[in-house]
Amino acid sequence: MTVTDVRKDTEAATMEITSEYDATTDQVWRLWDDPRLLERWWGPPTYPATVVRHDLTPGGTVTYFMTSPEGERYHGLWQVQDVEPAKLIVVEDKFADEAGNVDPELPTSTMQVRFAERDGGGTTMTILSTFASTEAMAQTLEMGMEEGIRSALGQTDALLAETA
Amino acid sequence: MVVGVLTPAETDLVFHALADATRRDIVAHAMVGEHSVSGLARRYPMSVTAVQKHVAILERAGLVTRVRNGRETLVRTDIDAVRRAADVLDAFEALWRARLHRFGDVLAEETSAALLRPTDDTTGVPT
Repeated sequence: MTVTDVRKDTEAATMEITSEYDATTDQVWRLWDDPRLLERWWGPPTYPATVVRHDLTPGGTVTYFMTSPEGERYHGLWQVQDVEPAKLIVVEDKFADEAGNVDPELPTSTMQVRFAERDGGGTTMTILSTFASTEAMAQTLEMGMEEGIRSALGQTDALLAETA
Repeated sequence: MVVGVLTPAETDLVFHALADATRRDIVAHAMVGEHSVSGLARRYPMSVTAVQKHVAILERAGLVTRVRNGRETLVRTDIDAVRRAADVLDAFEALWRARLHRFGDVLAEETSAALLRPTDDTTGVPT
């Protein structure tokens, strides 16, 4: 895996991150389409993700929660806007309560994932995140995810050793 | 802590201020030098008073400072304030880099596992 490009726009509150893989678009797609695979990478080791409902089709819903080291659960929900298997995923990423109801007080972001075959083999995956404002982005990070970043970065070495 | 540099109220002011194209342009121009309000007003199809209002919003958000110079008011961008806004995006980038690192690991495990699974009779690999 190589991150080949990151475009951040402070004013528009968007970030586009492009990465490349030595795998087919079908193989890359499976990591989103299979809830058991999705939960293996969505949350950092200290904030593991558990996918509860997984209907990755237009109009469908994906619900998940992330568990903090203290055992606190942060619930999230994707409202699926558009899906083309192995090509495209567009979801609204929202905060939710335990029952899966959207929390309207908390910020929403849009995540667009595109999968493209690379010339000569492999897959390019581009993820575009759009927030209502960078304030909304800051709030999202404050909701426990920022803890996740630090722990994830701290555990990168352990991860590398584990998968070597 | 990356995000804690701005309070939610401050962040709100900053991004409300940056939500307007004219104000973004003012911030960009006042980054490379000081500009008078009347000088800035010549850049946009609007009155000096309208530009003054934009500058006031930017000043309240801490994005620009106003310095009196004789009869003129000069506007200057506070680079640090712009940096703090960018920090939020940096934190978000860090989150996604860590996440994609895990994505790559899971993918590598899955694709190598798939290689070990026989796809036809000739592989000779036991299941």
